[in-house]
Amino acid sequence: MYKYDQYDQAMVDARVEDFRDQTRRRLEGKMTDDQFKPLRLKNGLYLQLHAYMLRVAIPYGTLNSRQMRKLAHIARTYDRGYGHFTTRQNIQYNWIKLEDAPDILAELATVEMHAIQTSGESIRNISADQYAGAAADEIIDPRPWAEMIRQMTTFMPEFSYLPRKFKIAVIAAEADRAALRWHDCALRIVQNEAGEIGFEVFAGGGMGRTPFIAYRIREFLPTDQILSYLQAILRVWNRNARRDNIHKQRMKILVHELGEDEFRRQVEEEFQHFLALGEDFPQAEYDRIAAYFAPPPFETDLSEEIDRSDPDFALWADHQVAAHKAPGYAIVNISLKPIGQIPGDISAEQMELVADLAERYSFDELRATHAQNLVLPHVRKQDLHAIWTALHEAGLGEANLDLVTDIIACPGLDYCSLANARSIPVAQKIAERFADAERQKDLGELKIKISGCINACGHHHAGHIGILGVDRKGTENYQLLLGGSGDEETSQAKITGPGFDEAGIVDAVERAVERYREIREPGERFLDTYRRVGMDGFKEAIYG
Amino acid sequence: MVDDPRAGGPGGGPGTLEPTPGGERDWLRFRDDPAPDEPVVTLDTFLDQSNASSVLIEAGDDVRRLAPVLDRVRLVEIDFPKFRDGRGFSSARVLREMGYEGEIKATGEVLVDLIYFMRRCGFDSFAPHVPLDRAEVEAVLNRYPHVYQHAADAAVPIWQLRHG
Repeated sequence: MYKYDQYDQAMVDARVEDFRDQTRRRLEGKMTDDQFKPLRLKNGLYLQLHAYMLRVAIPYGTLNSRQMRKLAHIARTYDRGYGHFTTRQNIQYNWIKLEDAPDILAELATVEMHAIQTSGESIRNISADQYAGAAADEIIDPRPWAEMIRQMTTFMPEFSYLPRKFKIAVIAAEADRAALRWHDCALRIVQNEAGEIGFEVFAGGGMGRTPFIAYRIREFLPTDQILSYLQAILRVWNRNARRDNIHKQRMKILVHELGEDEFRRQVEEEFQHFLALGEDFPQAEYDRIAAYFAPPPFETDLSEEIDRSDPDFALWADHQVAAHKAPGYAIVNISLKPIGQIPGDISAEQMELVADLAERYSFDELRATHAQNLVLPHVRKQDLHAIWTALHEAGLGEANLDLVTDIIACPGLDYCSLANARSIPVAQKIAERFADAERQKDLGELKIKISGCINACGHHHAGHIGILGVDRKGTENYQLLLGGSGDEETSQAKITGPGFDEAGIVDAVERAVERYREIREPGERFLDTYRRVGMDGFKEAIYG
Repeated sequence: MVDDPRAGGPGGGPGTLEPTPGGERDWLRFRDDPAPDEPVVTLDTFLDQSNASSVLIEAGDDVRRLAPVLDRVRLVEIDFPKFRDGRGFSSARVLREMGYEGEIKATGEVLVDLIYFMRRCGFDSFAPHVPLDRAEVEAVLNRYPHVYQHAADAAVPIWQLRHG
């Protein structure tokens, strides 16, 4: 994985001092909270209901054991002994003291980590396929470009105050594991007929209160022009976006209002301008960065056999293991969704265990996923049983990847000052209702996503089953949505009808799921059945 | 680690520099030529009046409209009605990309923590509504040892330093 050189390190160290100074000025009263707010937000520090929350960037979801151990140390020293993995492949701490924040950043800087641009009106952490560099189905590892984009978009002067946040994702496979088209700008590496690789570019996606699925604005962009193209997109947005209403300032609104064609025309015009300025990093810089992402020294002649004589292990291996590109290797998904726990939460001890496993079995590499799980990207199949045993003993052996209990949930009203309703207890109750392993297996792939307000941090628009918590005359109420997806056939979920109270929403989910079981055709996932029969096929079962 | 610049950064130690008696904060002007004294007019007026030389760019104005008359522009004031409105950053950089070498002054809600980025976009003078602390400005301007990308200044990006 990428390693900082003296320049990268100097920039991160300078940011620590910058933030230390900003925090000092705030604490000394030299700045109003209004003025401090955008500064701390650009460094990932939110004021939540009970405390500050610090969000730490994990660029393209990749980290090593040393970094994971530091995250554990921070959880133990500055928080309450745990952290929370987010839908942008980041980690956040929910119980931070403002005066500690500069010291935490200084600790992070010692392991080449930071919280730069993890919130606020800025270009956020670049997300990527969590299987990058390991997936059997990818064209090439997309992370060198993600790293170049990270560098170019760090402290970008012209975009110091964007209209809103801006999210970029990069993948290099047909299968979309990164919810690509829900991003402001999404890049998929493709190969053209001549065998050259380039980017398919999507723009104008996003969730929130006004969801849009990104449009494809470029079929094929040479990879060495991506930085010019991204700047063109950003400039067109920065120049034209509304500034009168914070809810209308995301790029998706501009793309929608200008229309796909006019937006594309303006981007192409600006793109030609940037190309002439020579903004793109040279091939030598790509080569330098790509060298860090060279495949690890995989062993050859490894056995493909997995001893499945232990049924618990076999169940786990069936659900948590994905195909690796190297023979004899596998990708292991670590569930952070144990039944009844908080989705995405992990204790300091568990972080350390996972770090140990990465170091011992996965070439020292770990990944965080947008579905709030972790990944050991490169493990020998012959080590799977030992890994499962260690995970199982640490409470991380749940076998539910992409199943009904693998729920994405935002922090909700338990933590978040924006929330209208709690998300976590709903996720816990649903997981408990469907805890039976046989039942989960029978239901197959079923992605439930829960948001505690219309900002949609829990991705309810992209849920096969989505749940949106709202405030209805002072009580929590939950709307049920069906038919969303964040994969390569992206779709937006639709509301079924009137909402439910907390107990009612769990029952309603179960009625929808049981309806699927009744009417599914062989091989159909929940989403396939929904797409075949539509809302009408479910409505009566849900509302009676 | 960067030393604490307030302990005596370039050009002065701690403390607030009072505005000069004329009310002009010259230390916020990063140019050697005499400051233009003609009052600014709006972009529309400027384009109509062939003898005007100072123009006010309001958030939302497209500075590319100045292209045909760039040779008579001596001062561009770019207004930040609120610090959350970042359109002026693009306006300044676009002006520099068009080849404009005259003064670009930021007015309105100009916060000290944004000045470094404004300088990089091509702003070379500042007239904020609320006075700034000189030591803080200098600390902010000197904080980052490198840059990751080109902008409208002469800073050499890290990728270029890496490859000579």
